[in-house]
Amino acid sequence: MTSVIEARGLDLTFQTNDGPVRALSDVSLDIGAGEFVSFIGPSGCGKTTFLRCIAGLEEPTGGSLTVNGMSPDAARRARAYGYVFQAAGLYPWRTIGGNVRLPLEIMGFPRAEQAERVRRTLELVDLAGFENKFPWQLSGGMQQRASIARALAFDADILLMDEPFGALDEIVRDHLNEELLALWRRTGKTVGFVTHSIPEAVFLSTRIVVMSPRPGRITDVIDSPLPSERPLDIRDSREFIEIAHRVRDGLRAGHVDD
Amino acid sequence: MRRMFPILAVLVALAAAWYAAVAPMNIRTALDQAKRAGAVVTPEGARVRHEVSVWRLLAANSEHIPAAYSLDRPRLPTPGQVAGELWKTTGEMALRGRAFSKRSLLYHGWITLQATLWGFALGTTLGILGAIAIVYSRVADMSLMPWAIISQTIPIVALAPMIIVLSSQVGVEGRGVPKAIISAYLCYFPVLVGMVKGLRSPAPSQLDLLKTYNASARQSFFKLRLPASVPYLFASLKVGIAAALVGTIVGELPTGAISGLGARILIGDQFGTPLAIWAALFAAALLAGALVTLLDVIQRITLRRMGVHP
Repeated sequence: MTSVIEARGLDLTFQTNDGPVRALSDVSLDIGAGEFVSFIGPSGCGKTTFLRCIAGLEEPTGGSLTVNGMSPDAARRARAYGYVFQAAGLYPWRTIGGNVRLPLEIMGFPRAEQAERVRRTLELVDLAGFENKFPWQLSGGMQQRASIARALAFDADILLMDEPFGALDEIVRDHLNEELLALWRRTGKTVGFVTHSIPEAVFLSTRIVVMSPRPGRITDVIDSPLPSERPLDIRDSREFIEIAHRVRDGLRAGHVDD
Repeated sequence: MRRMFPILAVLVALAAAWYAAVAPMNIRTALDQAKRAGAVVTPEGARVRHEVSVWRLLAANSEHIPAAYSLDRPRLPTPGQVAGELWKTTGEMALRGRAFSKRSLLYHGWITLQATLWGFALGTTLGILGAIAIVYSRVADMSLMPWAIISQTIPIVALAPMIIVLSSQVGVEGRGVPKAIISAYLCYFPVLVGMVKGLRSPAPSQLDLLKTYNASARQSFFKLRLPASVPYLFASLKVGIAAALVGTIVGELPTGAISGLGARILIGDQFGTPLAIWAALFAAALLAGALVTLLDVIQRITLRRMGVHP
């Protein structure tokens, strides 16, 4: 398996009014092509910060980080990844189709191809037929699906997701988890997924990275033995419960330091 | 209709208060005229009446109160008299084909409207350009904004004559240009403040999103900041156009202008014809109302076309 993302001894210290805050401390991790890696931990553990470093939205203050063999900033400029934020953040003045078209317009895709890609990606997230609706006409779950479509539209190989389902209720979240998994299997993308839900992390991931705060660091990396085909009721299986247990132990160990 | 009721209720209350105020405001003039016409008034002497309060005059001369409501040159005209004067100087003249005679308020309103629209265009352009500079440049943010605020603390009445004198010094003929400048001076500020707020309204995550697309500054302006600022823009435009009209009228007051609603107000004052002042005032108010309503309609249409939740 080739490494898509390589972090070595990554450090990031924010200068705040209350003095320096160490958001990431000595984070080393390799993410291979086609992996689904979740980052889980309490708030302040640096999971979002790490994702933002990969995206080139934060500048690490130490260590090395490459994405597709480039610096994160070069990868960002090469449009190596699609990013999904916790809030769908659709433009209210654009239709769903218009929102998905936004990155395509910015990246200068030809018009005919834009239309084709919008149609195809909306189908992928099960929103065919909603192209001409405005965001306010859609439920929160549908809006988040549209924002995933927006991140997929230009076919980057990497998908970075920052608690994309954090604001949704559990039933919608289960449904979207299933869909995301199916989508990942179909597209073979490399996914970095930030969450603070243990079942969500275990259900989705091939690897779970447990992090803990002050300073933000990796405390455990768990390879999931679960098959890639995962129905929702896999969550009642023994393996699932064992992994969830190990994640919980990892999280608790991180908290001893408090 | 449910929205009209409170508006009408306030209107009726205002008109009632206005009618009630007419009697005390006009009773002295009414009694003077009645006395000259030979009627009996108490007290009889003009000088003695001057010492007595209007309330006692009203109580002692109730038979002359109706006269207070139909004076030719009342201190305070009734709403009906103002409406009559307004009609006489607008609709009636238009019906006689003299809509743009110098005695017509349509003519003077048109003069004021022209300067207002030029001032509005100039002020809006300056306000938007200033806002863009402030949002995109830290230097402009720190240097421009304080001056913009200070500019609004200078009384425009003090500034207006200077603008007129200076513009005639540099060879600008007529009142049109300086009036538009004075009008723009009042109008740019709300647009500037509103647009700064509007252009800064996108959430950090929305700006981050564009960064992940490696969007250029130009793209993030036209695709995110500008559309996001539209609701703020319209709110400021509505304040701005009203300010532009006030600016134009102020520009017409102390400057020896002979046409425009402001000039009508001043001339009415100088010739002691309050009816003309009131008619011009109401013409200005109606003009402002029409302009704001027009912007409101444009706003509704624009926002609906932009898909904003109705």
